[in-house]
Amino acid sequence: MSLRTPERSGQGSAARALNILPLWLLIVVGALLAVSAVRVLTGTPEMNSRGTLSAAILATCPILMAAIGGLWSERAGVVNIGLEGQMILGTWGAAYFTYYYGPWVGILGAALLGAVGGALHALATVTFGVDHIVSGVAVNIIGLGGAKFLASAYFENLDGGGANQLTGLDSPTRFTVPGVSDVASDIAARGWFVISDLAAVVAALTTNMSLMTIAVFALVAATAWVLWKTPFGLRLRSCGENPQAAESLGVNVIRYKWIAVVTSGAFAGIGGGFLALVASSGFVNGQTGGRGFIGLAAMIFGNWRPGGILTGAFLFGYTDSLPLVQNSEQTVHALLLLLAAGLIGLALWNLRKGLKVSAAVLGAAGAGFLLLFLVTDRVPRDFTSMTPYVATLLVLAFASQRLRMPAADGQIYRKGSAG
Amino acid sequence: MSIVNRVATALIAPLVAVVAAMVITSVVITVVGDSALEFWQIVLSAPADRAYVNIVNQATMIFLSALAAAIGFRMNLFNIGVEGQYTIAAYSAALFAGAAFLPGLLNVAVALLLAMAVGAFWAGIAGVLRVTRGVSEVISTIMLNAIGLTLVGYLLNTYGQQTGNARRTPVIEVESRLPGWTPFLERDGAVFNLVILAVLAGVGYSLLLNRTRFGFDLRATGFSESAATASGVNVRKMVVISMLLSGAIAGLVWMPALFGQAHSFGTSFQVGLGFIGIAVALLGRNRPLGIMFGALLFAFLNEQSNRLTLETDISQDIVQITQGVIVLAIVVAYEVVRRYRVAAERRNVSSRPEGDAKTPEESVPV
Repeated sequence: MSLRTPERSGQGSAARALNILPLWLLIVVGALLAVSAVRVLTGTPEMNSRGTLSAAILATCPILMAAIGGLWSERAGVVNIGLEGQMILGTWGAAYFTYYYGPWVGILGAALLGAVGGALHALATVTFGVDHIVSGVAVNIIGLGGAKFLASAYFENLDGGGANQLTGLDSPTRFTVPGVSDVASDIAARGWFVISDLAAVVAALTTNMSLMTIAVFALVAATAWVLWKTPFGLRLRSCGENPQAAESLGVNVIRYKWIAVVTSGAFAGIGGGFLALVASSGFVNGQTGGRGFIGLAAMIFGNWRPGGILTGAFLFGYTDSLPLVQNSEQTVHALLLLLAAGLIGLALWNLRKGLKVSAAVLGAAGAGFLLLFLVTDRVPRDFTSMTPYVATLLVLAFASQRLRMPAADGQIYRKGSAG
Repeated sequence: MSIVNRVATALIAPLVAVVAAMVITSVVITVVGDSALEFWQIVLSAPADRAYVNIVNQATMIFLSALAAAIGFRMNLFNIGVEGQYTIAAYSAALFAGAAFLPGLLNVAVALLLAMAVGAFWAGIAGVLRVTRGVSEVISTIMLNAIGLTLVGYLLNTYGQQTGNARRTPVIEVESRLPGWTPFLERDGAVFNLVILAVLAGVGYSLLLNRTRFGFDLRATGFSESAATASGVNVRKMVVISMLLSGAIAGLVWMPALFGQAHSFGTSFQVGLGFIGIAVALLGRNRPLGIMFGALLFAFLNEQSNRLTLETDISQDIVQITQGVIVLAIVVAYEVVRRYRVAAERRNVSSRPEGDAKTPEESVPV
């Protein structure tokens, strides 16, 4: 927070402070106020109760890992739609290694299996110059079939195992911060305006939290640091922007792309491992349910940047977890009001900036959702699960000018093509 | 390059791919402790009469799905959304045919048209987004897949008829069903009448691409968008039209089974044909004959793998690995062969003494 010298600014201090405050902080505060107001108005405390937020964080992590995996690969210029397959391999790896060596080795096993999927993709795309989409489709087929096959080959005779599953596995350590958790949960349950909403966030972060969740966020921070603050990261990203130029400066493009794609697979695998070990208590066939694709969506939604990806993954994770929440259909219905308020807010913002057309479109959409909120009293579950996909399509359709993917993303690179 | 040489290099890629897939599959089976020999004995044994019927039926649907993907591929459009397109089209057609607004075969014909229209519409969204907003069709079709599947799930669960613990659309009346042909005994099942759809679509595809101005433009756009634009092709229009065509064929994918066997959209609906189709389109190099062989191969593997469960400990999911490896191996093999040809061509040109008159056909690789 950068509130600099408020004393000297005299009368216009409030307006000045508003200009100095970073935009994201305004957005966070505005969103908090809006969420709180909608919660109180509609009387749906489940919207952001401690339980809901905990579930949302659990659902966010796998999507986040897949999206960060996608980021690694695409920043080096390789499109990876094989994330789903690599994630599925990760669920199997987590289950197998956890059964024999405990949950932390299990997570490593998930990363290993995901990395194998990544290596397959790297072999095809980087070494042999196969089209990235084609290879990704094949990796998805192999990942799905491979996990099923390995499960029926190895899990059938284990305790808690079957041809399609392996349940009852140990989970990475969970912890509750004593004192803080109780106080925050207590305040969160009071239903006070804004204060309870903040307390719910604190409570969710301090109650029955898995160490693995913290590891996931640490991995995101590490990725951001490595890719944007180290020479290694600069070189890796240069392979995604202009590989010929990178090569002319002595960067071994092929090696960097290999590292990026294998890392990408490992991250997707960890996402799968999280799904099997933390978000549920074991491996089940088809557990990923398209989350690799949602991760891809979150990456695009986040404009190929870690901060944006974090936002996208949380939004999608939240919607992913909503069907599990008590009273979910009413809760989602209340969210319509929030959505309407957000869209109308955006419309006003655009109007202020003189963008009349987009203001009209957003305003109309906002009015539409408001109408929907007023005439219905619940939202069917299926529409909630559609949200990430629809949101991504809309963002792509209406904000694609503001998105910028790596310049050489998806292009086939051959060594020596710099001439 | 001589004709023999060219034919050899064209056939070597699929051959290498199939061998590689066999080797890798065998290795995987051996590593998990089963017998690879046993696997191949069962998979390569002669199919039963019943299996022949199933293979033809399955190959038909895989063929249609692959053809849908192939149209896009020929102009560098990746329609990953065949899965969603055929699901939503099949649901719509089943709903319409089940409602029996029209009598007998007219009902079938209109339902087929409806399926094509719905498939085209769903694919068209991606096409329009691409030309108006610059949205990559890969991403939009992936999103549309998920949206379509969820939408159909919702509609089925909300408005479908309850039967046992599942739901389905109204069952199609007897006079609008297509009984199929029984090449063997009655109990061995019938070949769907709508196998003819695959034949028509294949021939139509071939004629459209090779004998019409549109097909030429489409292929030209696939080779080089800028060259096509320079020669007066409206690339934006081409993108939308080929997405619509691709979606229309995708809409037909499950129609043979709907009218020949299932008679309603419910638990008997077969998922996953869209992704198999993409794989087979790649396998067949987007050519109708190649796709036909690819579809037969995949249908054969699927059908034979059913016997694994009964006769061995090997899980039939191994076949999915085989199929995935075939696809990966074949695209790698084609790429390697292509590079080899280009290199051979360069050698050929550079080693030739100047002024040596050779016909251009011999020096330009096609």
